[in-house]
Amino acid sequence: MALRLSSSLLKSGNGQALQQLNKFSTSTKTWSRGQKAFATFAGMTIGGAGALLYALESSVSASSDNVHSPHQNWSHNGLISSLDHASIRRGYEVYKQVCAACHSMQYIAYRNLVGVSHTEAEAKAEAEEAQIKDGPNDLGEYFMRPGKLSDYFPSPYPNEEAARAANNGAYPPDLSWIVSARKGGEDYIFALLTGYVDPPAGINLREGQYYNPYFPGGAIGMAQALYNEAMEYSDGTPATASQLAKDVSVFLKWASEPEHDVRKRMLIKAAGIFTILAALTYYIKRHKWSALKTRKIAYYPKHKSQ
Amino acid sequence: MKAIYNIFMKRTSTYAVAIMGSVFFFERGFDVFADTLFESTNKGKLWKDIRANYES
Ligand code: HEC
Repeated sequence: MALRLSSSLLKSGNGQALQQLNKFSTSTKTWSRGQKAFATFAGMTIGGAGALLYALESSVSASSDNVHSPHQNWSHNGLISSLDHASIRRGYEVYKQVCAACHSMQYIAYRNLVGVSHTEAEAKAEAEEAQIKDGPNDLGEYFMRPGKLSDYFPSPYPNEEAARAANNGAYPPDLSWIVSARKGGEDYIFALLTGYVDPPAGINLREGQYYNPYFPGGAIGMAQALYNEAMEYSDGTPATASQLAKDVSVFLKWASEPEHDVRKRMLIKAAGIFTILAALTYYIKRHKWSALKTRKIAYYPKHKSQ
Repeated sequence: MKAIYNIFMKRTSTYAVAIMGSVFFFERGFDVFADTLFESTNKGKLWKDIRANYES
């Protein structure tokens, strides 16, 4: 590039070449008025749009009546911190023994556990415990069979109507992607599961409703599910209510973002490569421009007689 | 410097081979570095750290 630029400097259209070069210069001193106006306009538009989005978002929070979920000190907080896989495994036990009585996770298959929280043999054994509807067979009948690795987690109810009928009209949502589907993510799940309190004076709950300040509206159709020692962990971790809630939140976080760990691993690689490329780009730019930035132009007036 | 230039960079053929070869080794090294950083930061939390507890 330097070669081509400097050779054009030697030609008669020198002034034009300099003006064109000016557009590429990174020094603001040489910006034209139009360029400065454009940069100011662009900056103000982007800043204004950001401020507008922020204002819209925070007014929405201000208008809701529920308590905001406090931020928890998750071990996967942090730019390159992975999920805690022992916790995912315990969280699966909590889901299976408590939540699965009411909530489906129909987009998660047993094979998804392999290499995340279970060995292949263990995941197969988990699948075989479940009875999966299959068919039709050669008599045209549906039948139940033990699960396989490729089966998805079985649902507790055949359809939404059955789920509502069994839960006073409230629908227990599918938990496959619940962490992505709720504001506050895993902080919200943890707050919801541990946040049950008696309803404040003046709040009347209907039959089958409970009070939870983190749930929008406060009156939730799900009873408190987790208590101290509600179940036992196979790895012997003391099963306090907050431990159960924490582990199931991490499990649901993994279910919603199975790419979580890969993503953070890639961040290291992307940040590293782009740092190297940025440094190289900076160096090459300075290198190529050095000839132009250090040039001297001398003016020799033509002699009249020539 | 001059030796490097003469051996690898003077001819397009050797230059291309040198680029491909160094890309291979750079990328391997870089990946190993990044993975080691990730795995040491998260020691004890990853599946590879706990799988031994469950394999018979
Ligand atoms: C007895 C059945 C039952 C059990 C057990 C149960 N839930 Fe629920 N859950 C419900 C019902 C019903 C709703 C719908 C509540 C509503 O909309 O008022 C619900 C709603 C939810 C919601 C959505 C709240 C929202 O913001 O819309 C989440 C998250 C949730 N449950 C998580 C869990 C987890 C995690 C467990 C296991 C620890 C669990 N539930 C166990 C019945 C249950």
